[in-house]
Amino acid sequence: MDLDKNLSTLKYSPDEKSHLTPCDGDCRNCKHKPCINTCPAGVYEWLEEEQKLLVKHENCLECGACRIVCEKKSLKWEYPKGTKGVTFKCG
Amino acid sequence: MTENRKNKTNVIVVGGGPAGISAAVTVARAGFQVVVIERGSFSGAKNVFGGAIYAQPTREIFPDFEKTAPLERQNIEHRFAILGESDSTTVSYRSNSETPVSYSVIRGKFDRWMADEAQKEGVILVEETVVRSLITENGKVVGVKTELEDFYSDIVILADGVNSLLAKQIGLRKELKPKDVALSVKEVIKLDREKINERFLINDNEGCIYQLFGGPMLGKLGLGFIYTNKESVSIGLGITLDELNTSGLKPYELLEGLKTHPTLAPLIKDGEVLEYSAHLIPEGGYKSIPKLYASGVMVIGDAGMLVNNLHWEGTNLAMISGKIAGETAILALGKKDFSEKMMSRYKKKLSKTFVLKDMYSYRSLMEVMHKKKGVFMDVYFRKINAFFEMFTSVNGIPKRTLYRKFIFDFCKERGFFGLISDFAGIIKLLWEVLVK
Repeated sequence: MDLDKNLSTLKYSPDEKSHLTPCDGDCRNCKHKPCINTCPAGVYEWLEEEQKLLVKHENCLECGACRIVCEKKSLKWEYPKGTKGVTFKCG
Repeated sequence: MTENRKNKTNVIVVGGGPAGISAAVTVARAGFQVVVIERGSFSGAKNVFGGAIYAQPTREIFPDFEKTAPLERQNIEHRFAILGESDSTTVSYRSNSETPVSYSVIRGKFDRWMADEAQKEGVILVEETVVRSLITENGKVVGVKTELEDFYSDIVILADGVNSLLAKQIGLRKELKPKDVALSVKEVIKLDREKINERFLINDNEGCIYQLFGGPMLGKLGLGFIYTNKESVSIGLGITLDELNTSGLKPYELLEGLKTHPTLAPLIKDGEVLEYSAHLIPEGGYKSIPKLYASGVMVIGDAGMLVNNLHWEGTNLAMISGKIAGETAILALGKKDFSEKMMSRYKKKLSKTFVLKDMYSYRSLMEVMHKKKGVFMDVYFRKINAFFEMFTSVNGIPKRTLYRKFIFDFCKERGFFGLISDFAGIIKLLWEVLVK
């Protein structure tokens, strides 16, 4: 499946500021980084050189899976502002 | 003190989905002021389900909904398909009865319709507004804090969905565990009406539901589904988060596995993806239900983990829990009593309905399935397909030899103690469902 193509079917109104804020220190010490694999929108990517998570929050489907699997429970996860984020036309 | 505040209303409902709207309209009908705060740009904008809504419970909220609601198809057939890696066994129940059980709907249209109807009956809907926290005073919830301003009310009803950060904030809910929620991913695939009718053997306005076991999720706690809409088909799956975690599988790769399974691929061939979506489903069952009330507050729908996963029911539990919370609010407003004891009547009443009774009946289901998934959702599914493969084979081998080999292989694979433990698991579940 082409995830990017699938994400292009969605209506987004991305906020400039991310509603997802990982804690860099905790991510460095997190062995499995389950957020990367679990996210249905491929929001997270590990940047080896910079030793931090790249967060493509504009693709987020607001499901909350990353928040629950976060092993360190240190991912700050909130809903985007009322006018922002994803809109499901079908749902 | 809260009496003289501006922005004060009788009831605030957080979340404009089926649970929230059902609660709000119930309160409005009794003549009380009720405000629904929805974070999406319309009701349904942030919601995803399989899915079907159920006729009888929906009628309890909107008795004439079938006349004006945006319904897709009336489901007349349920197919239960056990998928092997490339083969499958399907059991199907079809009923052209006059009494509809469920309809497929597009949530973006249906939730919005519910909200519109509720507004006609006096509910005030505030969209595009996120409630960031609850305001409490002397241990009682007295209002909500949004990005812009604070709103106050006698009662707050939390219908803020599976993640319910608000129930967590006031200590009613603990953080969700990965085993208690499933991640669902879904595609809505555009197909001509005639093609859908032909491929699913249905007429215009008739719908067919597939409940899918195994396939790419053999041995895992995950299930798939297909629902037919008027001119699209919804295909998706739900798999528990701990399963995704340990298996390293990506949710959309599993969905691809489902879409390309030889049994299902012809059903959606040449379709165009209209929308991809994902959502969490509260699957923890009875034992994961949080405390559903406190002074000045009640928790309903997904926020209360009210889902009967075995029967694929969710929207009906949402609507009925909303209705009962609404009725409790009316009683409380009449007596001006918003104490925890008064709010506890909601839970008491809910436990007398199918909502908590059914969830209680299946209270050990997830526990048993977590333990036995490698057997019940792998070995047994494979064996069912293997049996029909044997039964339909023509290869010169006498049938008795085939049967004996099948039984021998089965017993060998499970072993004596394995079989006893499987049997014990099934008896435990049956006992709890049927007896106590």
